[in-house]
Amino acid sequence: MLRDITLGQYYQTDSVIHRLDPRVKLTATVCYIISLFIVDNIAGYLIAGLFLAMIIRLSKVPLKFMVRGMKSILFLLVIAVVFNLFLTPGEVVLTFWKLKITREGIRLACFMAIRLVFLIIGSSVMTLTTTPNNLTDGMEKLLGPLRHLKVPVHEISMMMSIALRFIPILLEETDKIMKAQIARGADFESGNLLKKAKSLVPLLVPLFISAFRRANDLAMAMEARCYRGGEHRTKMKPLIYQKRDRMAYGVLALYLAVCVAVGRILL
Amino acid sequence: MEIIEAKDLVFEYIRRDEEGNVEGITCALDHVSLDVKQGDFVAILGHNGSGKSTFAKHINAILYPTEGTVWVDGKDTSREENLWEIRQEAGMVFQNPDNQIIGQVVEEDVGFGPENLGVPTKEIWERVEESLKAVGMYEFRKHSPNKLSGGQKQRVSIAGVIAMHPKCIVLDEPTAMLDPNGRKEVIRAVRALNDVEEITIILITHYMEEIIYANKVFVMERGKIAMEGTPREIFSRVEELKALRLDVPQVTLLSHELRKSGLAIPEGILTCEELVEALGHVARG
Repeated sequence: MLRDITLGQYYQTDSVIHRLDPRVKLTATVCYIISLFIVDNIAGYLIAGLFLAMIIRLSKVPLKFMVRGMKSILFLLVIAVVFNLFLTPGEVVLTFWKLKITREGIRLACFMAIRLVFLIIGSSVMTLTTTPNNLTDGMEKLLGPLRHLKVPVHEISMMMSIALRFIPILLEETDKIMKAQIARGADFESGNLLKKAKSLVPLLVPLFISAFRRANDLAMAMEARCYRGGEHRTKMKPLIYQKRDRMAYGVLALYLAVCVAVGRILL
Repeated sequence: MEIIEAKDLVFEYIRRDEEGNVEGITCALDHVSLDVKQGDFVAILGHNGSGKSTFAKHINAILYPTEGTVWVDGKDTSREENLWEIRQEAGMVFQNPDNQIIGQVVEEDVGFGPENLGVPTKEIWERVEESLKAVGMYEFRKHSPNKLSGGQKQRVSIAGVIAMHPKCIVLDEPTAMLDPNGRKEVIRAVRALNDVEEITIILITHYMEEIIYANKVFVMERGKIAMEGTPREIFSRVEELKALRLDVPQVTLLSHELRKSGLAIPEGILTCEELVEALGHVARG
């Protein structure tokens, strides 16, 4: 059962957005998030919304996958809206008991909600259209210049991709150990939280030992295949900007310009 | 020409207690000398703890000799400057298929070795394609390794080594964790490499059935080479093999027993067909 877990939330299909260079998508996501905080009026949010709708349309990912990501932040969203609604000073519109709702409060609460929703949907477009592997590659390349500041960029991205590869294996192993212990009378289900946590100890110890053993084996196998860090290494799938990537950057720049123009200048 | 040459090889594991004091020394290899010729298919057989895996790790310069020398293609493995060349020339396949696959997609894993060697991108793709075809895994190139069977994973590992264009491949119990079908798959792939690509194979195993295809067999026991010869010569010494706690294949054992009870059957029968033929001779003549 644990085998079926899909990693990240990549949605397999073929679209322009899927084929874009991961660097473009990473940059675009960051720019989009920034744009959401630059914009300060309805017209600006309308443009941000239209832009997002266009990207979703192009990505061919069903909308319900985007909305799924919203569930996890629903609580945060409610809190942000409530606080903004009741705690913003200004012209009072409605009074409940001791709480006052102001005109500015309504405005801020709406904007905050829109911002958060767009932010989550915007970043899930990226994770839905990019494989985790591609994402680490893109990050390695984008953060490449940090190497000069002695940040081990290659090593970090190698660690991330190895972690991604081993998560399903370790999950399967957890499942196996659990079954073996249940078969010998271990109880993972009953009792209060503390008791449940305690019952996990005999599960975690063998899991850790086996993870270390695997790490040791893997390191040996990597060395046997001449791995010696990021230097002198070539790439089987190098990231090269295509025409579509340059166009995407163009569209992004245009979007940012319009956002700044509409959201800031034309109030 | 000798591709691998070991002379008076000694390797000691030093056991230490928690404070780091030496508790004892285990001699894993005890004056081992052997040669492997280019293009050979050599099998190294031995019980657990006989030193066969320790020997394998010397060929790939993962372990260095305590005494004696190993030369791979004329290069001394204990010299630092030879390290990467030796690891490229002598590829290694390990026991656990899960713990040696690095990529998340089959083709990326096969490309890992050439990437490390700094091979240009276009050539990496060519090498990946030819190595996956050599082990019959080309149609799985886009799959995730997690969804393959043990035998398939092990063939991917072999492809990953071939892609580095080695002169010899050391397989350290590649079939120990596989089911009988997976075992056959892997052995078939290894034989094809030896026949078609003429890569030297050093197969380390404790399954007797796997060594019948070898040109030469070494049997190890307690860090020493106990027996040496062709599979037929080795299998004709059934009593010695039993003393070394090795399982003789059933056909060989049966013909050995028949011979002991007086039938005129030659020693060292390896396959059912051979036994049938030998029995036919006995019946006719």
